[in-house]
Amino acid sequence: MLLRRCGTDALLIEVDSLSEVAAVRAALENLDGIEELVPAARTVLVKGALTQVRDALKTIDLTKTPAKHSREITIPVIYDGPDLALVAETAGSTPDEVVRLHTTATYEVAFCGFAPGFAYLTGLPEALQQPRLDSPRTKVPQGSVGIAGEFTAAYPRPTPGGWRLIGRTETTLFDAKAKTPALLQPGDQVRFVVA
Amino acid sequence: MKRHMKRSITIIRTGPQALVEDLGRPGNAHLGVPPSGALDQHSLKLANRLVGNPENTAGLELLLGGLALKANASCTVAVTGPPTEVRIDGRLADSHHPVHLKQDEVLEIGTPQTGLRNYLALSGGIEVDEELGSRSTDLLSGIGPEPLRANDVLHLGTPNLPVGADVVPPHQALHTLVIPIRLGPRDDWFDDAETQLRQGYWTVSDRSNRVGARLSGTKLNRRDGEIPSEGMITGAVQVPPDGQPVVFLNDHPTTGGYPVIGVVDNDYLRFLGQARPGTEVRFRPID
Repeated sequence: MLLRRCGTDALLIEVDSLSEVAAVRAALENLDGIEELVPAARTVLVKGALTQVRDALKTIDLTKTPAKHSREITIPVIYDGPDLALVAETAGSTPDEVVRLHTTATYEVAFCGFAPGFAYLTGLPEALQQPRLDSPRTKVPQGSVGIAGEFTAAYPRPTPGGWRLIGRTETTLFDAKAKTPALLQPGDQVRFVVA
Repeated sequence: MKRHMKRSITIIRTGPQALVEDLGRPGNAHLGVPPSGALDQHSLKLANRLVGNPENTAGLELLLGGLALKANASCTVAVTGPPTEVRIDGRLADSHHPVHLKQDEVLEIGTPQTGLRNYLALSGGIEVDEELGSRSTDLLSGIGPEPLRANDVLHLGTPNLPVGADVVPPHQALHTLVIPIRLGPRDDWFDDAETQLRQGYWTVSDRSNRVGARLSGTKLNRRDGEIPSEGMITGAVQVPPDGQPVVFLNDHPTTGGYPVIGVVDNDYLRFLGQARPGTEVRFRPID
């Protein structure tokens, strides 16, 4: 674990894996006075309460993953994505098997970024861990469900994107006017089911 | 005469860009939501104090002034930011001072000679729906109200009594900004980051916006490659492969994959928010 200074009131905590990111986030999320706590792929950015943060990090056990998930969310998906055949071919299997694999796994929100409510989910079966498209789409429709590398995600709104799209959901993923705007938040457990 | 249910104003013209802004929605970066809010918070707070509003009340951020509006009910307004001409029904009035508008009077704000953004506070504040606890327009994420257009009607909240006079020197835009910067978190991606920052000089590019102040000038030499996306804070100086630094302002993306050589103190960001293209920028690394 490496602490990197980030201005006067923030620290970038660098670790070696997503599970260590989750451990750091869980250790800090209930501290008073924290203004921002932003997990990412190999880092956690924390703003505010740096004295308490440094104290908490002195005793942290990075091998201890958070025991309980704050929320469990199920997302219905229509598996008719434009890249479903490509994903099946790359995996050396069939579209039905891709759907079975994607709906059998249990995922966790590692972090959000890219766009409001865009959640990077870990737990993707190895056969579905595939590269991005050679050429990204200029517009990925809202609700598209895709895979890229070790992650799967659903697009909260239309954006450009290079993920391989296997399906779509009609579930609202982000609504800025709602009381809880983002359906998915770091630490949440997620499952996909056939709609 | 038609009675309005609520106090309101009607926009007659917007100038280059007129946005509803308060102090933003920090604390939501973990959802991918930028902080947003007024780029020159100092000027918005002053304008609000002048009309008796709490400092975080929503007002208007006016890129290069140029706005005209009609008051549909009497209200008190104040224009801050760089010095600019203020007129009420054609009569000259003061900027940086509370000004009373009677019903049907027209307020016109001129184009500032220096600086970029004027702020207009109205007694009671702009009442649009809050999104994630703020009324600010976030141009990156599309959260908050759309940029204003002619004929928009904006409702105003309940006014308070002004609490008394502020001493308010107009914002003076500088020709050269010398900006304190603290190295890190990724200064180790650069060969002697401190010297490169200290000896370089840049100008503010015309591609700057609410997402970031893009600087053009000395190429900062960095390692090749990208970092797995990591959290970004306002004031982070990100360096893309072309070596031309970008200082993140309020509508910045919450994560990014280019190394951040250093972070500019919050207190100095308003000067970048007011810096016209061509303004000279130097960095002063500090501990």
